[in-house]
Amino acid sequence: MLPILLATPQEENTAYKTQVSRNANIAKLEAGYLFPEIARRRAEHSQKYPDAQVISPGTGNTTEPIPEVITSAMAKKAHALSTLEGYSGYGAEQGEKLLRASIASTFYDNLGIVEDDIFVSDGAKCDISRLQVVFGSNVTMAVQDPSYPAYVDLSVIMGQTGQYQKDVEKFRNIEYMRCTPENGLFPDLCAVSRTDIIFFCSPNNPTGSAATREQLTQLVQFAKENGSIIVYDLAYVMYMSDDNPRSIFEIPGAKEIAIETSSFSKYAGFTGVRLGWTVVPKQLLFSDGFPVAKDFNRIVCTCFNGASNISQAGGLACLSPTGLKAMREVIGYYKKNAEIIVETFESLGFKVYGGKNAPYVWVHFPGRSSWDVFSEILEKTHVVTMPGSGFGPGGEGFVRVSAFGHRKNVLEACERFKQLYNI
Amino acid sequence: MYKFPTSFSSMSHAMTLQPVMIIQAFSFKNEKDQMFGCRTKVARNANMEKLRNGYLFPEISRLELEHIEKYPNAKLISLGIGDTTEPIPEIIASSMANYAHALSTADGYSGYGPEQGNKALREAIVKAFYKDLQIQDTEVFVSDGAQCDITRLQLLLGSKVTIAVQDPSFPAYIDSSVIIGQAGDEGGSGRYGSIEYMKCGPENNFFPDLATTSRTDVIFFCSPNNPTGHAATREQLELLVKFARDNGSIIIFDSAYSSYVQDDNCPRSIFEIPGSRQVAIEISSFSKFAGFTGVRLGWTVVPDELLYSNGFPVIHDFNRIVSTCFNGASNVAQAGGLACLSSQGFKAVNSLIDYYMENANVLGEALSSVGLQVYGGANAPYIWVHFPGSNSWDVCKHILEKTHIITVPGSGFGPSGEEFLRISAFGHRECILEATARLKTLFL
Repeated sequence: MLPILLATPQEENTAYKTQVSRNANIAKLEAGYLFPEIARRRAEHSQKYPDAQVISPGTGNTTEPIPEVITSAMAKKAHALSTLEGYSGYGAEQGEKLLRASIASTFYDNLGIVEDDIFVSDGAKCDISRLQVVFGSNVTMAVQDPSYPAYVDLSVIMGQTGQYQKDVEKFRNIEYMRCTPENGLFPDLCAVSRTDIIFFCSPNNPTGSAATREQLTQLVQFAKENGSIIVYDLAYVMYMSDDNPRSIFEIPGAKEIAIETSSFSKYAGFTGVRLGWTVVPKQLLFSDGFPVAKDFNRIVCTCFNGASNISQAGGLACLSPTGLKAMREVIGYYKKNAEIIVETFESLGFKVYGGKNAPYVWVHFPGRSSWDVFSEILEKTHVVTMPGSGFGPGGEGFVRVSAFGHRKNVLEACERFKQLYNI
Repeated sequence: MYKFPTSFSSMSHAMTLQPVMIIQAFSFKNEKDQMFGCRTKVARNANMEKLRNGYLFPEISRLELEHIEKYPNAKLISLGIGDTTEPIPEIIASSMANYAHALSTADGYSGYGPEQGNKALREAIVKAFYKDLQIQDTEVFVSDGAQCDITRLQLLLGSKVTIAVQDPSFPAYIDSSVIIGQAGDEGGSGRYGSIEYMKCGPENNFFPDLATTSRTDVIFFCSPNNPTGHAATREQLELLVKFARDNGSIIIFDSAYSSYVQDDNCPRSIFEIPGSRQVAIEISSFSKFAGFTGVRLGWTVVPDELLYSNGFPVIHDFNRIVSTCFNGASNVAQAGGLACLSSQGFKAVNSLIDYYMENANVLGEALSSVGLQVYGGANAPYIWVHFPGSNSWDVCKHILEKTHIITVPGSGFGPSGEEFLRISAFGHRECILEATARLKTLFL
């Protein structure tokens, strides 16, 4: 995660320049993408304090090994590729049939979502980018504020937004749906303008909040009335403890207004292996009646060539009974980490959100700049967190602490927090 | 009666053709029913409407499946989609297996990798392909394949740039251009209004007449070429780089088949040409190099010196795209890539390339021997056959009907592909031999 070394600055007037204009949309992005920026600061800090033991519950990077039942399946597939019977070349861009069927039966049983509604991918972020390519530059979008930065950044890249307004820290033409403790971390939909697309992540990154059935029913109703499409990000659903819906499609009418995207990254530690999926129901139609799934399929066939067949073999093993059990154990481990982090900050007198239905703890530092808190924690405890404003202006005053880490590191980090904040 | 290895049986091959199931699901009847359902108020992306048909290769799969349904006992031979057929060498597969096993250990586990790719792999790519060409590992971005990189490059460039493509060319350049909004309207002519089509045919030695080519911001250039099989000479590429420099254009050089080059006079990288670092991006892939069509691995090189008109480095923005729209190639695939570039792995992979080139040789000779006009096949795994005066889809269907061999109609690659057929050299040797026998019989 080292920063790219740019060429040494050349004399501006002698360096050869092409006559190709820089894409104005990318120019709108002020800083680098949030997570590499955090990685950069972490690297700088390590250079400054080479002997410090830096702990990094920062970038949501999984740390625990992948259960053996899953890696064995991947190893087996790799070996099979060197045999005549086992070799396979291009797979279907939509994913291996068995895996799609398995995803359908594991996550969408009785919800009327079937195998061919499912598109296997190399992860949710890539899927969001492909969805944006489907939608094009003329759609408007709404995001939760705070939210996972890829929604906004990809919208900017696609040309759906106006310029960044420094004073309010927002891009023009995006509807930011504020989620704060005051509104129970769920948007006040009465105050939200209509947009074509609504990105909604639940359980939420970064706040850890999980929408209830009632709230999701309101959201679906809102989308229906406005003829909008919800892109529902379900990357953390397996962390849910409360009895909340585990798919947007549990809500009646959702199939006509929602797409759902998910990922094996945080369930199976597949952050490096790369595997996810998107569900586009057949019932989802553009205003002219054209099925969205058909255009998504076209994008998947043209802009993508399928997830790695080895990753897919791993995915299939994840969804076997043994695999599911093993995944739940690892998830349980991270959930326990979250519990410890929540307890720590609560004991120090902080207001803490999340941590129960998601591997993220959202800690409130009222009146303080989140980048200042981030820097202070890093400087004084050598622990990397995430500044809330990196997720949108609604994140100001908060810091995200992720529950991914070896238990001993989480315990150590919590000790350091106690030392820093104990009056 | 020929017996085919079970991995080659037409039915098991059909089983892998899942895209067709999706296509079946969207029959017109279904669409009409859907039209009476609830619609959102989200307008369909007008650029998507401009795409004339489905993407070329799933269409070929569909043709194949329909044929199998019609002739369930036929022994179908697929020389259509350029899908590799030979197993991955064991040294490479084992290395991926070992890597996978290591992911279940505390020491061997790794999560997110750098989006630009594993450093050791980037260094190995430089050493293997760009030795002495002044490319740094920091200029190499590892990906999940050239098709994906093409789209990411289009996202980078945006909708306001103009592009030129060879005609015929790999369909993703045009299709991605249409999708991003660069291409203008097609209006039934077969050519998109804002795209510059650079004809490449026998009459101009498969290299565009640059004197009659209008300036565009971006020039897609694939060499060795898919579908014509032509590999540009050093002299030709010098002309191309000069053209780009004179016009301030950016060449996107697709070198996915560079490891198939046999002729020393044909460069394997655009960066062999002086002056190219300031006007070119190169994309490449492990797909055809190492049989990684399903494993998914490729790379793109963006030199530090490539600048936009305002002096801003292109690499900076590409890095932003890669960090935002992508999360890196699979770490298992990257471990495989590294093994491919070890001296043993490299040797093993090159012997597979020799195998496919021998197939190309066999096909090319056979078709020439029955009087057909055959191009390509010398520096690429594709044979480009000319059927003057014909409609390429008709020829494709005729051959399919009479010999149960799938090929790809040239017009699928662009209007100048009309009258041509692409025959791919990927296949088990016995199937290639069987195919040549059938084709010779048909054309005698």
